[in-house]
Amino acid sequence: MNAELSAIELSIKEREDFIATKGKQKKQLRCDAESIAGCVSQRACVFCGARVVLNPITDAIHLIHGPIGCASYTWDIRGSLSSGTELYRNSFSTDLKEQDVIFGGEKKLARAIDELVAAYHAKLIFVYSTCIVGVIGDDIEAVCRAAMVRHHIKVIPVQSSGFIGNKSAGYRAACDSLLSLIHTEKKISKKPKSVNYLGDFNLAGEAWIIRDYLARIGVTVSTVFTGDASYEELKTAPAASLNIIQCAGSMAYLAKQMEELYHIPYLRISFLGIEDTAVTLRNIAEYFEDPEMQQKVEILIEEESRKVTDELSFYRKKLEGKKAAVYVGGGFKAISLIKQFREIGMEVVMVGTQTGQPDDYDTINGLVTEGTVVLDDANPAELEKFMIEQGANLLVGGVKERPLAYKLGVAFVDHNHERKHPLSGFVGAVNFAREVYSTVCSPVWRSIQMKTPWGE
Amino acid sequence: MLDYTPKEIKKRSSGTVINPAKTCQPIGAMYAALGIHGCLPHSHGSQGCCSFHRMHLTRHFRDPIMASTSSFTEGASVFGGGANLKTAIKNVFTLYNPDVMAIHTTCLSETIGDDIPATIRQAEIPEGKIVFHANTPSYQGSHITGFSNMTKAMVTYFSEKTTEQPKEQTNLIPGFVNPGDMRELKRIFEAMGLTYIMFPDTSGVVDSPMTGKFEMYPKGGVTIDQLKDTGNSKITLSLGRFSSEAAAEALKKKCKVPFISLKTPIGIKATDDMLMALRGSFAAEVPYELEEERGQLVDVMTDAHFHFHNKKVAIFGDPDIVAGLTEFVLSLGMKPIHILTGTPGGALGSKMYSFEDEINDMLQSAGITANVKADSDLLELHQWIKNQPVDLLIGNTYGKYIAKAEDIPFVRVGFPILDRAIHSYMPIVGYRGAMRLLEMIDNALLDRADRDAADEDFELVM
Repeated sequence: MNAELSAIELSIKEREDFIATKGKQKKQLRCDAESIAGCVSQRACVFCGARVVLNPITDAIHLIHGPIGCASYTWDIRGSLSSGTELYRNSFSTDLKEQDVIFGGEKKLARAIDELVAAYHAKLIFVYSTCIVGVIGDDIEAVCRAAMVRHHIKVIPVQSSGFIGNKSAGYRAACDSLLSLIHTEKKISKKPKSVNYLGDFNLAGEAWIIRDYLARIGVTVSTVFTGDASYEELKTAPAASLNIIQCAGSMAYLAKQMEELYHIPYLRISFLGIEDTAVTLRNIAEYFEDPEMQQKVEILIEEESRKVTDELSFYRKKLEGKKAAVYVGGGFKAISLIKQFREIGMEVVMVGTQTGQPDDYDTINGLVTEGTVVLDDANPAELEKFMIEQGANLLVGGVKERPLAYKLGVAFVDHNHERKHPLSGFVGAVNFAREVYSTVCSPVWRSIQMKTPWGE
Repeated sequence: MLDYTPKEIKKRSSGTVINPAKTCQPIGAMYAALGIHGCLPHSHGSQGCCSFHRMHLTRHFRDPIMASTSSFTEGASVFGGGANLKTAIKNVFTLYNPDVMAIHTTCLSETIGDDIPATIRQAEIPEGKIVFHANTPSYQGSHITGFSNMTKAMVTYFSEKTTEQPKEQTNLIPGFVNPGDMRELKRIFEAMGLTYIMFPDTSGVVDSPMTGKFEMYPKGGVTIDQLKDTGNSKITLSLGRFSSEAAAEALKKKCKVPFISLKTPIGIKATDDMLMALRGSFAAEVPYELEEERGQLVDVMTDAHFHFHNKKVAIFGDPDIVAGLTEFVLSLGMKPIHILTGTPGGALGSKMYSFEDEINDMLQSAGITANVKADSDLLELHQWIKNQPVDLLIGNTYGKYIAKAEDIPFVRVGFPILDRAIHSYMPIVGYRGAMRLLEMIDNALLDRADRDAADEDFELVM
């Protein structure tokens, strides 16, 4: 353990409020604040938040108005699957140059839209603003409005200048764009027993698994926000009778707005892990007050659990007593993961999020055991310190955390953009356990523990 | 269907980029700064920039990439980012204690017009610690420009001429290449018995060995003392005009160190040129070790030359790497018919021989007509290939969409490579690097021949 690093973390007062150890002190963890300047933060920006939320809309042109970087870094980085068009997997940028920064980029943007409409015949274009667009004052709303009139298609501005907040603000900007997209003046006739599924991005096809479960209990999914979504499908969202929210960090705001505008109530749910999946299905059936549906839910839980029990108990035997550290984007995922690790016999000894809210941290605190470290917006040094101190065997995180864990000889599972297998539902619980097993129990870690044969 | 590229090429006049073959300056600056020992790169902009760059570099190198950010907020963009930077400098040394903090700007801080040198002068910097900067506006050039600007800043901030007589040493500016390439260049210099200062040097930083410990500042990187001493060197060897020449020129201007500007030494001719330049400057003999490697390279080139002859190739990526690859495939008898870079090809220095001129000169000597373009995108490359198919595509990870759509063998070379591991540890420069490239190209062609062969044409010996 690096003494220098432990010293530095405690030397900065500003960070103390963001870290807590359960049982040691009674305090409300600070979260949802700006990262301090000079921090090696794992967090991203408004644009990033908006881009990842809207990216899975498959038949849209996602046009990024700014210098090239923002488009390059977000080109097809998220494994959101499509059942139809793959247009969204191309990268479109106005590639602003010095001249545009001086004279404004509005004309260039308008020409870009014209050219793209002619080439791709899309019905929907999202125009994302980036940092300098916010500073040079391009009126992208006006450019988009004019383009809609010219082309008779939807051109939706996304107010995502990077500096106006953190990733959460980007989720909100994306939700505002979605609201303007689904806005309708027509009278809505509600579809009974239909839901919108919010906060699933169909990574590795996860939304498809949930669609299938819901179909089996007699519930139609109107729209998924935004996994495998299309323009036509998104427009049907106001007619749904219930919204269920998986990733609340990105979608709670949309759900609240839709409740107000279209009188759609919402349920916060989670399809991560056997326990949460079963609870979620039961809650949905209970909401619809339909005994037949409740019966179908029990049958489904019975059938699906039976399929996975043997394999899960195999992994449980292998993993019993191992310790996990969790550092993920939003609160809901952290909460589900704590339960999911319990299902495979592992204890969570460190848990943190980038954008968790106060009530998320309350829930987390209620779930974890004494001595677990809870932290908000952690930096790599903190992750390292607590992974080592807590003796974690595994880290669950995103792209930037992977090599950090490996360097410490700690196993790793990506629960973010780079997941390779669906982690939702019953089948997801097995995939998750298999991934945890294949990394935690890999023989490669033995090579690290092995000393060089010729000594120091 | 992944392929949305129309075959018909229509003139695009809006300046829109579809499927970029470049990214922005700051990531290049961040990578260059990692090549200084004990250095924490600092991104003066929104936290997204820093996060994206770290993510992209992490995916390419599969090693932890550390960098801090000024975390711009709405206030900073109205009142300027000076206060954020001052706080950042203080916090960086308190929190992470690097020896050096290398600040690069972003489109945001450049547009606001933050005066970085003034802020550095006013900041609280602990005794013995160093803060320097490079301006890297994202709306000019590309990641290669950013790498070049940060490398040049190392000279303008640190290089000093302190001895009367130049020292018998070379400054070696390797350009935007992998740590595996930098290690190979050092090996060649050592084999020649030459003293050198390589900067930036990311070997030992982004390819550090597994020890079971996380080192925030791994062993590698050029030191500040070495950077100072570059002013005393006899000569500077600049490899790759686009990423290295600006720093070499600055050294000449500041410390009167003459420079030789060569291609990134990819392939036999460019490596020969490098060794000849060293031999000429230092009266150093080329040792048998390197002569033997050269002989082996020629040997394998002849062994397999009939696999390559007249095969059509498309090459894209960063200008220095693309120029080297073009020369190399020509030496194998292949026909590079589409050659493209996303980096603007000549706007960097007005006198500069443009990317397109350089490539066209090579093609002309070989009697080949080709599509050659700088400042373009992968949509255009894909359209060229649809109209004039090729047998092989060479480029970074993003080429995989084209390779899949057109069903062509694909060799991954350049930056970034996000879908394969280990590449950054292995060289493509020097004779050994050329052998590796040769093997990659040959295997790609032959694996395809095996896959496509009818049963009766399927051969054991190829």
